[in-house]
Amino acid sequence: MSELTLTVMRLGFLAVLWLFVIVAVQVIRSDLFGTRVTQRGSRREANRPQQAARQQQQAAPPPQRQQGGGGRQRRNAPTKLVVSEGTLTGTTVALQGQTITLGRAHDSTIVLDDDYASSRHARIYPDRDGNWIVEDLGSTNGTYLDRSRLTTPTPIPLGAPIRIGKTVIELRK
Amino acid sequence: MSSTTNTPTHHTSTIGAIGAPSRRNTELAMLVFAVVIPVFAYANVGLAIDQSVPAGLLSYGLGLGLLAGVAHLVVRKFAPYADPLLLPLATLLNGLGLVAIWRLDQSKLLQSIGVAGGKATNQLIYTALGITLFVVVLIFLKDHRTLQRYTYISMAGALVLLLLPLVPGLGANVYGAKIWIHIGSFTIQPGEFAKIVLAIFFAGYLMVKRDALALASRRFMGLYLPRGRDLGPIIVVWMISILILVFETDLGTSLLFFGMFIIMLYVATERTSWIVFGLLMSAAGAVGVASFEPHIQTRVQAWLDPMREYKLSQAGSHDGILHSEQAMQALWAFGSGGTLGSGWGQGHSDLIRFAANSDFILATFGEELGLAGIMAILLIYGLIVERGVRTALAARDPFGKLLAIGLSGAFALQVFVVAGGVMGLIPLTGMTMPFLAYGGSSVIANWALIGILIKISDTARRPAPTPAINPDAEMTQVVRPS
Repeated sequence: MSELTLTVMRLGFLAVLWLFVIVAVQVIRSDLFGTRVTQRGSRREANRPQQAARQQQQAAPPPQRQQGGGGRQRRNAPTKLVVSEGTLTGTTVALQGQTITLGRAHDSTIVLDDDYASSRHARIYPDRDGNWIVEDLGSTNGTYLDRSRLTTPTPIPLGAPIRIGKTVIELRK
Repeated sequence: MSSTTNTPTHHTSTIGAIGAPSRRNTELAMLVFAVVIPVFAYANVGLAIDQSVPAGLLSYGLGLGLLAGVAHLVVRKFAPYADPLLLPLATLLNGLGLVAIWRLDQSKLLQSIGVAGGKATNQLIYTALGITLFVVVLIFLKDHRTLQRYTYISMAGALVLLLLPLVPGLGANVYGAKIWIHIGSFTIQPGEFAKIVLAIFFAGYLMVKRDALALASRRFMGLYLPRGRDLGPIIVVWMISILILVFETDLGTSLLFFGMFIIMLYVATERTSWIVFGLLMSAAGAVGVASFEPHIQTRVQAWLDPMREYKLSQAGSHDGILHSEQAMQALWAFGSGGTLGSGWGQGHSDLIRFAANSDFILATFGEELGLAGIMAILLIYGLIVERGVRTALAARDPFGKLLAIGLSGAFALQVFVVAGGVMGLIPLTGMTMPFLAYGGSSVIANWALIGILIKISDTARRPAPTPAINPDAEMTQVVRPS
């Protein structure tokens, strides 16, 4: 075996070994995005009540399942969910393809401090085309979109009020 | 509800849920890569030594590939959300170890003293046994929290395993260290398995006691001093590791166990004072034992002045102490490897003779792959440890957290103790490089370790179950139309 071949193989092996390490690090890097705590950086709203800040944080961890297929870059797509009435008025949650749960249960994305809300009251999620859908989770007092009580998962028009107990939320750009 | 698993500390919630995709296909791709690299190395060794592609290339390649494939399928079935990197990284190290052992098998010198020849086949069999244990762990360990029930049984089991080499007729004294037992024609190193069992005990024990250890303490000179009764267990573990050191003259295992306990104690209590205590106690213990144990003394001598030991050994000194030339030879091997190494099969690390394919296998890598190769290999170990720590961070239950950190800490410590010993950073100890070195116990135990880590990471990365609908709806007031 010629000296040249062996030298090429020697260097080639080291290159392949390092390539493996680099690819492994890339896998770790891509793994990190699932854990990214998003939107803590919306500091414009830093003077919100503390509870709201906590909820914003909670909004991030749920897996971003729909993101792959979702065309959420469309024009007129809502980018945030705003609480416009109720004790949490002013709270916003960035819409990033994650499911948002609403209810009194402490692990909800938006924890409603409201006797008229059920613990798992409703959820808001994007469908495959990136439209945001609100679904009532069998709540006691129902979820209202505009004035009508929801019976099936319904797409949310931009700016339409969703009423849950004493709380009203809407999607905004 | 999920509150029982989600509450332990609030800083977990930011890392708690990792992305939902199971990433099994990533694992498969990495695994193929991890099998191809050793096959390349294997062909390279053959070309360098015999000027031909070795005849066993297909069987070794297929053997390793088959084992990795089985492991992957089992992970796919029983741990679908597990970490995608642990299995490929371990497979690559195991494969590289096989190649290096096979390369040393070709050495006439090692064959003549009976250290080499057919060892690679043995190692492949051990690997198969290791993967089998890995598969068994994945299939039968449905939930790592069941291990918590066996906290005190684990303690007893670990003590028995550690004491086995001292039993007359069962233990074997190999080159001054009594860490082996003979069963029939097999030799087993129980310390390797004790590592895992002890981690289970420490995790179970610390999970229960961590509040007492962390909170009930007095502040003194900036350090939190624990109460006397809480110090009990740490003293006991320290005594045990010192006893191992004295009776089995096994510095490495003793360091490993004590270090693992300190790491887990620190993670459980978040008190820096434990680390200070641990370092002081291990230093005191090591110095104390080294002052009267001749076997340890020679190791320290060989560390401080390897050249002198080499000369004494060459001169055939007969002062009743086994002088070792290996420490110096290992350093020469690293030195002659340089930056890029001599290439597979073209080094002379077989001159190390005894233990060239076990304790000193890193010297072969150092000579034939050079600094670049050694760094890559150490990085791969580092990545395994990183994945273990990441698993611990993501785990939702405190037991899983402590177990994952304990296992990866033990793994890291073992790599440090062996690599540091071979490279002359710390005194040499009789431990094996995980996955690389020749030795059944080590390979099998480390595959079990990876299996447990994969199982914990599967639980940790599994998306949280969808919330049950209305568990307490009756508490909701009903709006009554008026």
